Amino acid sequence: MMATDLPAAKPKLQWMTATVREVIDETPRVRSLVLDIPDWPGHKAGQHVDVRLTSDDGYQAQRSYSIASSPDAPHVMLTVERLLDGEVSSYLAGDVIAGDQFEMRGPVGGYFVWTTALGGPVFLVGGGSGVVPLMAMLRHRAAAKSNVPTTLLYSSRTAEDIIYRAELDRLSGQGDGFTLAHTLTRGQPDGWSGLKRRIDRAMLQSVGFAPELKPRIFVCGPTPLVESAARELLDLGHAAQLIKTERFGPTGR
Amino acid sequence: MAEPPISRGFRGRGSGGKSTRVPPGQHLVTDFPVLSAGPTPEPDLANWRFTLEDGETPLGEWSWQQFNALSQTELTVDIHCVTTWSKLDTNWRGVSIDTLLEAVGLSEPPGPFVLLHCDGGYTTNVPAEDLLDGKAMVATQFDGEALDPEHGGPARLLVPHLYFWKSAKWVRRLQFLDSEIPGFWEENGYHIYGDPWREQRYDGD
Repeated sequence: MMATDLPAAKPKLQWMTATVREVIDETPRVRSLVLDIPDWPGHKAGQHVDVRLTSDDGYQAQRSYSIASSPDAPHVMLTVERLLDGEVSSYLAGDVIAGDQFEMRGPVGGYFVWTTALGGPVFLVGGGSGVVPLMAMLRHRAAAKSNVPTTLLYSSRTAEDIIYRAELDRLSGQGDGFTLAHTLTRGQPDGWSGLKRRIDRAMLQSVGFAPELKPRIFVCGPTPLVESAARELLDLGHAAQLIKTERFGPTGR
Repeated sequence: MAEPPISRGFRGRGSGGKSTRVPPGQHLVTDFPVLSAGPTPEPDLANWRFTLEDGETPLGEWSWQQFNALSQTELTVDIHCVTTWSKLDTNWRGVSIDTLLEAVGLSEPPGPFVLLHCDGGYTTNVPAEDLLDGKAMVATQFDGEALDPEHGGPARLLVPHLYFWKSAKWVRRLQFLDSEIPGFWEENGYHIYGDPWREQRYDGD
């Protein structure tokens, strides 16, 4: 590409005021915030935003969060896990009530993104709150009435840590080509029929699509899960270019 | 600009004691978070090569052993990730870009812009002058140990005065160019230069 092909510099992404419309308890440590943002420019499933909090003495703190809502939804939703000693997450997933305000800037990121135009099959691999951008993709898929074969392999610690459980059950029951596989790594309830171990190669092979089908793969979760899943997927024969990763560290976010 | 809205009840850690070494919008961490766009490549030192190019013309190529035989530099610096974490006093060892130029008999960069190419197809762009005079290196050690693959081992660029995505992991090729070509994140909404002190996070900042 020549320098003359460079796109003109974009206008600066402005900070916008978000007002909390609704707070949804997803799990004991995870909350979703449904937001009113008057100037929201729209987003793609998988993108993130920067959130900035301002205290009454002017102190500010800023972090990035994935967008949980479909681009087709009327309101932007963030889903935030309360981290130990999390300066921003303990506020967003703890103290916030409807009517509270903070600043948001975005959407950002053009890589860890899925649109129906990209097609499939699509293999989503998520751990913990790493399911959030994957959920935006699933919600977008459902809103667009897409039949693209799609599988979510979702690892949680215990059944009560599963985020969006009821909605995922509903989406997977629609017979539109979406398959859901849960695995629980730290104990399972009585009668649990799902998987019961950390994500490993055998699981990625049996739950996911064959490499010959060239699935688009999105992996999001804590670093150890992402590192190991991406390595196993390569070993199974999936092309590195089709494996997109996003890591959620306690401090990286 | 209008005053930002107060987030009711938010205290945070407060700015008391916040180091003047932390750029705007950043916060300190003590661990070392990992962020990359795809799988971590398996290191293969036997076939590892580092090449320096002027456009399409090769200037020099080093095997792992040859690269490690070059004069080594040590830097202790603060690093700043665009995802808002900063880490102070990180210690790196490797080969400065000045040393690489010297090794191929050049006293000046052959072009004003650089595109770094990495295993996995990742690229990033940096002005050549930001890599010179000891400001940058190709790092092979962190805190006295071989660099972990998930942190970019065997070798990554280190250009600590820019946001850390510019310090490309798994770097293999440094290409001087006459005009600027945006790299991977720069094509995906991130700032073309990325100065943390001017908070140049995204395109247009």
